[in-house]
Amino acid sequence: MRKMLTIISNVLRGSASRNGARVVVSARTYADFTPQATFDIKKCDLHKLEDGPPLQAMLTREEGLQYYRTMQTMRRMELKADQLYKQKIIRGFCHLYDGQEACAVGIEAGINLSDHLITAYRAHGYTLTRGGTVREIMAELTGRRGGIAKGKGGSMHMYTKHFYGGNGIVGAQVPLGAGVALACKYLGKNELCVCLYGDGAANQGQIFETYNMASLWKLPCIFICENNKYGMGTSVERAAASTDYYKRGDFIPGLRVDGMDVLCVREATKFAAEHCRSGKGPILMELQTYRYHGHSMSDPGISYRTREEIQEVRSKSDPISMLKDRMLSNNMASVEELKEIDVEVRKEIEDAAQFATTDPEPPLDDLCNHIFYNDPPLEVRGTNPWTKLKSVS
Amino acid sequence: MASLRCFLRSGKNAVSAVLRREFHRTPPAAVQVTVRDALNQAMDEELERDERVFLLGEEVAQYDGAYKVSRGLWKKYGDKRIIDTPITEMGFAGIAVGAAMAGLRPICEFMTFNFSMQAIDQVINSAAKTYYMSAGLQPVPIVFRGPNGASAGVAAQHSQCFAAWYSHCPGLKVVSPWNAEDAKGLLKAAIRDDNPVVFLENELMYGVPFEISEEAQSKDFVVPIGKAKIERQGKHITLVSHSRMVGLCLDAAAVLAKEGIECEVINMRTIRPLDAEAIETSVMKTNHLITVEGGWPQFGVGAEILARLMEGPAFNYLDAPAVRVTGVDIPMPYAKILEDNSIPQIKDIIFSVKKTLNI
Repeated sequence: MRKMLTIISNVLRGSASRNGARVVVSARTYADFTPQATFDIKKCDLHKLEDGPPLQAMLTREEGLQYYRTMQTMRRMELKADQLYKQKIIRGFCHLYDGQEACAVGIEAGINLSDHLITAYRAHGYTLTRGGTVREIMAELTGRRGGIAKGKGGSMHMYTKHFYGGNGIVGAQVPLGAGVALACKYLGKNELCVCLYGDGAANQGQIFETYNMASLWKLPCIFICENNKYGMGTSVERAAASTDYYKRGDFIPGLRVDGMDVLCVREATKFAAEHCRSGKGPILMELQTYRYHGHSMSDPGISYRTREEIQEVRSKSDPISMLKDRMLSNNMASVEELKEIDVEVRKEIEDAAQFATTDPEPPLDDLCNHIFYNDPPLEVRGTNPWTKLKSVS
Repeated sequence: MASLRCFLRSGKNAVSAVLRREFHRTPPAAVQVTVRDALNQAMDEELERDERVFLLGEEVAQYDGAYKVSRGLWKKYGDKRIIDTPITEMGFAGIAVGAAMAGLRPICEFMTFNFSMQAIDQVINSAAKTYYMSAGLQPVPIVFRGPNGASAGVAAQHSQCFAAWYSHCPGLKVVSPWNAEDAKGLLKAAIRDDNPVVFLENELMYGVPFEISEEAQSKDFVVPIGKAKIERQGKHITLVSHSRMVGLCLDAAAVLAKEGIECEVINMRTIRPLDAEAIETSVMKTNHLITVEGGWPQFGVGAEILARLMEGPAFNYLDAPAVRVTGVDIPMPYAKILEDNSIPQIKDIIFSVKKTLNI
């Protein structure tokens, strides 16, 4: 660790002088930082549970830096997408995740990459935590051949291993997630599925159908409601007769979690994962979180909420600031070190945006491909009877 | 006589087997199997062959299947592989699709395809489109099966034919077997296919026995998806049909043969992808075409066949406009006399053939 820090310092010092910028590089050694600390986290409200997640979370320096880096990458990536959308380089739907970073990062910290995850359309953050790179995510947003779905899916349809998207139809991903959990149980590999949906989707009938079957069959499924208080332009009070989303599973035990605190999310996820893996069946988590952007890039997000409200959340509950303050006040990292991470992240995003804007669009030959898997090539009718296009698997 | 044959064909009398030998020349060492048993055998064989195959749906396990198609399977394979679901189509169809995405090979039964409308979003948006949207990252090997189309006396909400609706969508394969050999071979092919397949059965055909050849009795017998079959050779006119209507076409052809009119009867077997080539080749020989289906005319299977014919090489070979024989454009009524007159009868096919041939 000490050696790594020295190497990083040297590299940065070197690159700093090349760029001609003055960067104060930390000369402090590893031994100066606190290797780990324990933090008090908010108690979760419980539904049909005797005990909940612990009231304290331990954070190591490495973990802290990793969560910080990932959340910052997510934040910057979403803000860059905002920019590109306003420049009309990204088109169609673009649902941004900034403000909710602690959810995606905390959840991933509580499960393994070998577990499974599915979410709705606000999916860029999860694509990242599930193994996608910023480059391929941004190139998918700009519809280029280097995109994670070769430009054919767009913002709402990104996939990686054990990550099933990215789903456009509100609520449809919940039965899908339970199906993935069924496969986990069937194949006996002790894996589980995290199945996410929003406060807007929480009223969908198919979700209640899914609660029923998941509970009957004891599927290893963690249902997670990301409650960001607004389903598009409709506040939770106007949409739901009961806004206690963690209780809506009725016979399914539930937790209400502070979704702005990455440690709280992580501990709750670990607790939920343990519940599932021990064969007790599904469990439900409500993460109380907030999105800074409107529902999508077409929504300014201020007709149904006040700028003051948004500002208040930003100043008092921002997930990245919260983690940063915790680490700094416990001497787990230095201001300069975190600034270095910011610089690296900014560079990564810039490079990715560069790639995303210069990579060519998919070739027209690709238009009809990927209709069927493992099939001989077939002919697809074009826009007129004389145009016959080719489709390969 | 035609109506007697109709009655027999609906499977209410085992003696029908003997009478049918007049029309189907099959080789010896063949065996009598009902469509229901053929489907049962197909599922049994595929469940045995591949651990990942499983069946879910309402009443499929302990009840042996609402129409007894899955009889004996739960007893043999148990709770893990044969799953009774609550009456929640949207939920369990979604669960089936998710299971397929995660590596299993589900057979999702809809008690009838009328109920699939509750789940149609999962079939189209979650199953059919996903391989394309993911640019090849996420296949969905699933079969949706169940009875489709008109039954007997079940009225409007339980009698709709969904062949046209599902066949409209790229990313889906849609098959519609007629006889026991079709049923067995196509269901096995569908289960082995790595893509979403909508498998349209017919409740009235379940009890009908057919001879199946020795070849078709083998555990590896599959009927390729996407290829039509010529059930009867002819030279004056081509009749194209799918599912139960194929039987009616053959009956009509037998009657017309007595008057010297030789019909070529094509059993589509697959609706999507359509075997346009088989139809075109036949029309280039006979110069006349009639499509016969149980579903509604507007934007239906016949409409698509006619459109393709217009756009293809066979158009120049037509000596008369190609026409469609379809169900009447109304919701299905209940009273027997009304119901009987809502779907094509043999006399309707004969009438249309004679009109087309100008006889």
